[in-house]
Amino acid sequence: MTTHEAVLHPPALINELKKNDITHIVWLPDSETNFMYQMLQAEPTIDLVPVCREGETMAIAAGLWVGGKKPVVLIQNTGIFESGDSIRGLGLDINQPLVMLIGYRGWTRRGATPDSAARFTEHILHAWGINYYLIETDEDADRIGLAVEEAYRTQRPVGVLIGAEFGSE
Amino acid sequence: MINNQDAVKAIDNKRDGAIIVPTMNANNVHFGLPTVTSNQELDLPVSGAMGKASSLALGLALAQPDKKVFCLDGDGSLLMNLGTLVTLSNKAPKNLYHFLFNNNVYAVTGGQPIPGAEVSDWEGMAKGAGYASVFSFDNLEDLTTGLEEVLACEGPVFIHLRVEPEVENTPVQFRQRPSRTVQQAFKDLPQALGVK
Repeated sequence: MTTHEAVLHPPALINELKKNDITHIVWLPDSETNFMYQMLQAEPTIDLVPVCREGETMAIAAGLWVGGKKPVVLIQNTGIFESGDSIRGLGLDINQPLVMLIGYRGWTRRGATPDSAARFTEHILHAWGINYYLIETDEDADRIGLAVEEAYRTQRPVGVLIGAEFGSE
Repeated sequence: MINNQDAVKAIDNKRDGAIIVPTMNANNVHFGLPTVTSNQELDLPVSGAMGKASSLALGLALAQPDKKVFCLDGDGSLLMNLGTLVTLSNKAPKNLYHFLFNNNVYAVTGGQPIPGAEVSDWEGMAKGAGYASVFSFDNLEDLTTGLEEVLACEGPVFIHLRVEPEVENTPVQFRQRPSRTVQQAFKDLPQALGVK
């Protein structure tokens, strides 16, 4: 079994979401971000909205946003591929300031990744013209704030790729 | 079976300030909600959303818990996003009313039968997914008189409507466009709700 020193912890991300007044996380759990689940469930200021399929998340977020709330979505990069038409129609076309937290499956800084999910992720975001930030450590967490600011300033979706070795505390 | 325009008119007549999220035939410019609406600013049309009208309505219902939200869905649309039944019932918004316009065809693509036409049990699916109440209507008189009972129930409520197919064969780019764009609707609604 391989172990890595954890460099990204749930409080760093959740505190940043709270600091930016995020009201809802529309979520389909994934292996890259499941470390936040228990802490998010216990967080009284943020409502979790679990979905069955990732394409639902952008539409639910659109409803929350047009109804006056401030949601983000949290899905895996594979879910981004699945959600293409929702990102087009209910993100880009309606000018939704949608922050998408994306578990970066397959991401590594060490050598080549065998995972095509990682290899295609940034190309897909480029194709849509969606800007994005990368979070790998607790010190990067304030990039969520940058993404929120950019999304609301430009009225466009913005991605936050979570490519970390995470911890449980 | 119920005529499409009669159905949307009956629903609009009972909206009493509800937000309505119509899609596909229920949003058609010739016989859908845009032809009869009594409160356009509270309409959020989303045709071409690959079955996501109910997801959008769920977000709205969670954001605006004191306001009724009606989703006017299509059967082909719901099949594209069937997991929404469970997603929606899991959050169980008491203010959400999910109307299904069931004509058993893909009416906007020429009338091809949907998978499972005449076989699928829509009411059974909604019940099985956990909706608080389920209704079904196949004629206008029952719908008109039954809506009061429907809207007195706490949501999420699923209302199955057996409607007449209104088939279109013209390619999308040659059809009449709605006079009010989706972008405009997304600007109007927050102002009408007083949230922006």
